[in-house]
Amino acid sequence: MTTQLTENIRKIAARLLSEKTVDAVIGFREGSVPLMAEPVIIRDPKDAEGLVFDSFCGVNLANYLPGRKERIGIAAKGCDSRNIVTHLVENQAKRENLFIIGVPCTGMADRRKVRKALGGDVSSAREEGDEIVAAGPAGEVRLAKKEVLQDNCKTCTHRNPVISDEMAGEPVPEQEGVDRYADVRAVEALENEARWKHFEEIMSGCIRCYACRNACPLCYCPTCFVDDSKPQWVGKSLDKTDTRTFHFLRAFHCAGRCTDCGACERACPVGIPVRQFTKKLLKDCEELYGWEAGVLPGVRPPLDVFKLDDPQDFIR
Amino acid sequence: MRLLQLSHSDLTRGVEALRKAFRVEAPLPERDHFVFGPLPAGAALDLSAANTRLSAKSVIYPASEKMLRVSLDPAKEDHHVYREADKDYSPRAVLGIRPCDARAFTLVKPNFDNREYRDPYWVRSYECSTFVGLACKSPCSTCFCTSAGGGPFDTAGLDVLLAESGEGFIAQVLTEKGEALAAAAGWSAAAPEGAEAALSAMKAEADARIVSRIETEKIPGKTILSLFDAPFWDDAAFACINCGACTYLCPTCWCFDIQDEAHENEGVRMRNWDSCMFPLFTLHGSGHNPRPNKTARVRQRFMHKLKYYGDKYGGGIHCTGCGRCVTHCPVNIDIRRIASLMNGYEPDNACAL
Amino acid sequence: MENPYLPIPVRIDKVTIETEDRNLKTFRFVYVNPADENRFQYKAGQFGELSVSGKGEIPIGIASSPTEKGFVMFTVNKVGLVSSALHDMVEGDVMGIRGPLGNWYPWETLEGKNVVIIGGGFAFTTLRSSIVMMLDPANRGKFKDIHVVYGARSPGMLLYRDELAAWEARDDINMHITVDSAKDQPDWKYNVGFVPAVTEAKAPKGDDDTYAIVCGPPVMIKFTQPVLDKLGYKHDHIIMSLENRMKCGIGMCGRCNIGKDFVCKDGPVFTLEQLNKMPKEY
Repeated sequence: MTTQLTENIRKIAARLLSEKTVDAVIGFREGSVPLMAEPVIIRDPKDAEGLVFDSFCGVNLANYLPGRKERIGIAAKGCDSRNIVTHLVENQAKRENLFIIGVPCTGMADRRKVRKALGGDVSSAREEGDEIVAAGPAGEVRLAKKEVLQDNCKTCTHRNPVISDEMAGEPVPEQEGVDRYADVRAVEALENEARWKHFEEIMSGCIRCYACRNACPLCYCPTCFVDDSKPQWVGKSLDKTDTRTFHFLRAFHCAGRCTDCGACERACPVGIPVRQFTKKLLKDCEELYGWEAGVLPGVRPPLDVFKLDDPQDFIR
Repeated sequence: MRLLQLSHSDLTRGVEALRKAFRVEAPLPERDHFVFGPLPAGAALDLSAANTRLSAKSVIYPASEKMLRVSLDPAKEDHHVYREADKDYSPRAVLGIRPCDARAFTLVKPNFDNREYRDPYWVRSYECSTFVGLACKSPCSTCFCTSAGGGPFDTAGLDVLLAESGEGFIAQVLTEKGEALAAAAGWSAAAPEGAEAALSAMKAEADARIVSRIETEKIPGKTILSLFDAPFWDDAAFACINCGACTYLCPTCWCFDIQDEAHENEGVRMRNWDSCMFPLFTLHGSGHNPRPNKTARVRQRFMHKLKYYGDKYGGGIHCTGCGRCVTHCPVNIDIRRIASLMNGYEPDNACAL
Repeated sequence: MENPYLPIPVRIDKVTIETEDRNLKTFRFVYVNPADENRFQYKAGQFGELSVSGKGEIPIGIASSPTEKGFVMFTVNKVGLVSSALHDMVEGDVMGIRGPLGNWYPWETLEGKNVVIIGGGFAFTTLRSSIVMMLDPANRGKFKDIHVVYGARSPGMLLYRDELAAWEARDDINMHITVDSAKDQPDWKYNVGFVPAVTEAKAPKGDDDTYAIVCGPPVMIKFTQPVLDKLGYKHDHIIMSLENRMKCGIGMCGRCNIGKDFVCKDGPVFTLEQLNKMPKEY
């Protein structure tokens, strides 16, 4: 069943392409496997019929903007829109080349949670209202969507796009009173040694495939520091120090820029809770600078600018 | 081939007996999945995984391994002379490997073991291993092994294949290595009459459960250049983020990087898995990159799997249909979709250059 | 089992700075264990992996000729991590070489034929190996006319300048040395002009008995190819040597492929006829 949201995205995309407002539209097409959708670029208004939007469209489409020269229409959920704002601030996209189709979002299904709930391989899945209906080894199961949301979606307070040219649906109510940093506080409460162990454990099994980095809209550096050879900052084996260096440095590089879109965690093929590396920095930016990334168009992130009254208690 | 009957306790006792003569590697739980690794002392064999998240290739060919060592200390007599790194190639039993992963080794072998060169690390590691497979009675929806040349009961690359049956297993002992392992495990009870027929029936049932397919039949008849120049690559590659998840999870991807590392006066030459998805993979020292963009790299991956490999080594595709890349690709690039684009592609003018 | 990754230890016997920008140096190696020379029996056109301990390996064409005994020679451009480390090494230092690797110019086919060597810039190393090999008294009779077109940006950027002068003086080889520009060099007595133009003016016409070996930067190859077409060279008579990023050098690590062929093992030498059927991923 096609939702009204999908219908509206198709209509807007077809109109933008046939009126030549844009050269191409970036959106999603139906996935080839359950609980997934594939990012797609279309140039022909006829192809708008293939676009979809549902709770399986978790990929952050802002990741596909850097380097594009054409005029692009892009379907943007709340987090995508915040990364577009960040791209605009960081000169990775030009506002005049973008037509942002705002997509109100009620959160994305975490395919691992669905898999876990079903106790194995998910052979089909569809969305019905507030439920995910999925078939697994024991047959079809109805799951409340809120139970299988991605962790970042559970505490998201920007479900509606912060910037758009046309909305594809009525704004959804934002979540109120969510505790965004319970997990960070739990880690902060640990003794140094236990905290180190915590990070060692969540990092174990990392295969350095860089899916986290490459799924992240912030990671557009032409040459990532892990790929530099002159000088070579980081070794390439699975040495723990090198793996740590990669994750920690990447997290710091995203400080004040990360929108907690969850792309990194979603992409990791071995289930590393990658957001554990970035979230403390999110919390710090909020507490120290009153800053949330990608919410204010045109404002540079706090670690990108210097102000005389910047807090400096952490410099010792 | 010989058929044995094993009870669950035969299996458990057998695993303990094997530890005396073999290093035992098996699927181990990690977070929400399983990976192959040395079975810790006292740990029971857990065969509940549909398959391991990473393929079993890491057992033979680790993600990162020392190849050579060298002393950089001028006081040492053989300073700056490379030596082989110390390795353990004592007998190893790989338990619970799925047929797709075992078959993958037979596809990878021509790369590492051919008439021109033998890669001593891969060859020795492979040769010291005895593979005890576990037939797939409940394949996943993303499994397409039957159209990739294998199957849920395929025996290629295996020494023993276990199939769950009733209160235990029917074990097919397939090779001399398999016989030696069965002897070491104390498995000797012949399967009852009718086991062979039961096995055939189970195999037929499992085969029928694989409903997903990869279409490649027409690819061998097309030229490399016609497929290479096909118009669909840009769109097919659009979603790809050029991470290495597909290649690192894949049982047949074999590409590696060689890196020297030095700590004070000790140097090692390492080999680490590498990926054709990474720009650095082909970057020349001059800055020129023959595969300069995402499209070129995605095309390389699928052309290698579905065209170059078959053309070079004589038939077949370089894929066992395990479905890992399909299931775990963060952006839903699907080799089955790409294969059908390639398979169905007919250049407008077959004579065009 | 023989380990094809294990370098043969060699000692740097002599370092020669080749070019005025000092970016190209020729390293002459002798074997730490003299018996190892037998393990490094090569043909002109092959390459080796030079191994700098703690830094890594680089694939470099063999510049010495199989007829030169007791040493092996490589000319290395300073580009990356390993080549820079190598440039810092001095006579007496111990390092490793691996090989010989890859195929070679098709000497079996070239016997009894005219050979036209066309090279540019620092891609003249395996061509030097070829020339020295062909000019060896034991071999010269196996080939008919030998022509060499070799160009560089300026006289100071030519490799092996003493040898070039010596070959110029011989009558069993036709040398056509050229530079893009010879200003500030009033003594320059050879050609001025780009390699394609000099090839068009000086190289013999193509026929069944004449083969061209072309090795140089992409821009030179791009403009030389139409000239050879014009001169009547068939594409199976045009022989080229390719470069791609390599690691293992033995067809295993997977990065240097062009279509189904590995540059390191199935190449680096291909005929233009072969390359026409391969993707342009080099």
